[in-house]
Amino acid sequence: MSSNNRPLSPHLDVYKLPLSAMLSVVHRGTGAFLTMGTIVLVWWLMALAGGEEAFMSAQEFLGSFFGRLILFGWSFALFFHLANGIRHLIWDAGYCFEKAEVEKSSFVVLGVSGFLTFVVWGLAFSFTVGA
Amino acid sequence: MSLRSPLGQAKGLGSAKEGLHHWWAQRVTAVALIPLTIWFAFKVAVLSQSDYQTVLDCIGSPWSAALIVSLIFAAFYHAALGMQVIYEDYVGNKAVRIAAIMGTNLLMFLFGAAAIIAVVRIALGG
Repeated sequence: MSSNNRPLSPHLDVYKLPLSAMLSVVHRGTGAFLTMGTIVLVWWLMALAGGEEAFMSAQEFLGSFFGRLILFGWSFALFFHLANGIRHLIWDAGYCFEKAEVEKSSFVVLGVSGFLTFVVWGLAFSFTVGA
Repeated sequence: MSLRSPLGQAKGLGSAKEGLHHWWAQRVTAVALIPLTIWFAFKVAVLSQSDYQTVLDCIGSPWSAALIVSLIFAAFYHAALGMQVIYEDYVGNKAVRIAAIMGTNLLMFLFGAAAIIAVVRIALGG
């Protein structure tokens, strides 16, 4: 048997990563980023439990440009990890493994995460409880 | 009859036979986090401009507090499991790897406990 035609591992320095591979890397990246983001959640809940003064200074920071930038990144990471995570669960169940389906679902994941980020920020700016 | 080589047996190589629990727990927490994160993200969004008392009431209501405690438990457990996989894949040095996994687990437990205590305190109006 000739060994010439056997499949090779991709040579990473000349290999163009397909979208699905990039999303796989981003899934891990967003996972690690969200893990760090849990610290913000803990800090926010602690501030809320700590009384009005602590809460207002936390809100002031989160409402600043830098705070909003972190929250924006975090919300997109959250929705991406959520949408791609659902795709992983579908794969775990044994569905949608064909190349064309994976290609298509990659775009669905990006679209859904962008859409949810847009909706949640739109809601944050347009609707307020108790105002 | 074992198919494993005597050397492999002596060195204790092979499956640890406890990987399934890790894999399964990652999926169970993932499923739990689907509704919990969507709910929490939208809840926080509509509370982003609210005053202190409104946020306090909305976060501290019994159902809301119960859902947030569930969210925290699932999210921190899921995060600890996920970070463990990342360390196992990329950290070659065994001592550093074990220290990173252990450190992350302990930190996640501490942060989770702190967040849950904060929510309980809000819910009980302390």
